[in-house]
Amino acid sequence: MTSVEIKSESKKIEDMDKEWEPKVLAFLCNWCSYAGADLAGIGRIQYPPNIRVIRVPCSGRVNPFFLIKSLQCGIDGILVSGCHPGECHYVSGNLVARRRFAVLKSLMEYIGIEPGRLNFSWVSAAEGEKFSRVVSEVVKEVKALGPVKRLVKGE
Amino acid sequence: MSEPRDQIREHARRLLDEGKVEVIIGYEKGSVPLQSTPCFVRDADNVERLIWDSTCGPNLAKYLFDREGKTGIVAKACDARSIVVGIVENQIEREDVVVIGVPCEGVIDLKKIDAVLDGKEILEASMDNDKVSVKGDGFEQILSKKEFLCDSCISCRHRNPPVYDILAGDELEETKESDEFEEISKLEAKSPEERWNHFSKELGKCIRCYACRNVCPLCYCKECFVDETMPSWCGKTTDLSDTMTYHIIRALHIAGRCVDCGACSRACPEDIDLRALTKKVEKIVRELYDYEPGLSLEELPVLGIFEQDDPQEFIK
Repeated sequence: MTSVEIKSESKKIEDMDKEWEPKVLAFLCNWCSYAGADLAGIGRIQYPPNIRVIRVPCSGRVNPFFLIKSLQCGIDGILVSGCHPGECHYVSGNLVARRRFAVLKSLMEYIGIEPGRLNFSWVSAAEGEKFSRVVSEVVKEVKALGPVKRLVKGE
Repeated sequence: MSEPRDQIREHARRLLDEGKVEVIIGYEKGSVPLQSTPCFVRDADNVERLIWDSTCGPNLAKYLFDREGKTGIVAKACDARSIVVGIVENQIEREDVVVIGVPCEGVIDLKKIDAVLDGKEILEASMDNDKVSVKGDGFEQILSKKEFLCDSCISCRHRNPPVYDILAGDELEETKESDEFEEISKLEAKSPEERWNHFSKELGKCIRCYACRNVCPLCYCKECFVDETMPSWCGKTTDLSDTMTYHIIRALHIAGRCVDCGACSRACPEDIDLRALTKKVEKIVRELYDYEPGLSLEELPVLGIFEQDDPQEFIK
């Protein structure tokens, strides 16, 4: 490699660093999606490194406060992932959460928050592949939306 | 049949005399023209204070939530629905309440009248079935009552109380003249950008006085999320982000419970279009779960229950 090539390569790497990367917060249910993420890791399945995981005991634990506060703090996208209907460790936590999220998501979209900011999924402990797919989709979508502006405190 | 007002007085007198209730909560003439004020009648001799007309706006159900003992209450259809929600949510004992239901043709919105009077003060007012005449310093105007009804009364679908013990007045025919979600559909048709700008402007007016919360019968939490400090989920400033958070969460908290009595809109000193939010959550719940709150004592709170096949297209 010539010095010119090295310079141009290092410039590329620098530019790559400068490129904006979204921060996505993932609320994962301890009994399914969290283990699903683990399985993806064990299986060496690749997915974007943009997510920060918060482990919750159940998707029913996720209060709309958490999601709105995240956006206020400048989180670009949110993923809430829980057990498939009928598979909740606490029998019905995810089913009650489903109603709550449906209302929350419609209301947020109505107010003008981009639909891609709030994402929900069912991922079981056996679905490492699906977990990686969901994360890739979410990150791609949030990246296309750009940095969060609406609802951010101090903007 | 006598006037609803006289029937209310008659029933109130009987209930108090017979000792069926300790107090009757109703309306009395306010100190300002065209405004009534809640009143508590404990003595049968005082039932003449009770009135019933189109100024009886306040949702009296609010007073039942922290009351003990037998209470009689004068309830419009929307008040009665709030009471039903209170009973369903185990906040009000059905046995402790005697609901004097009154079919209601809508109450007037003083802000609308003030708007046409252009700042002139009303010193005297009188009303009949469909006219309001207002008098002040150097002016006298006769207004058509229909044009000055509250927005929530214009789109009202339930003019007769769904649950009551005594009905004062004759049942009214329900109307479906206008589309109750007309304003919401208009907003929905806009782009997300436009909606965001609309709500930024509208909710940006909020001064965080919490009048909407305080007047709402369904905001009965002992400690409201906006007052919590450990943790503090909702900032206390008037930064747009904080006021928006407040209004979004409040709308979520009354989703599937709000009966659109319009008390919050009437109480708002900044005249924020709060119904744009409350009516929207009502619409969401109606569309998703086919549910209308406050109509039946048998149905459980819609967001506290679930069906196996609830809609979930939004979930990946």
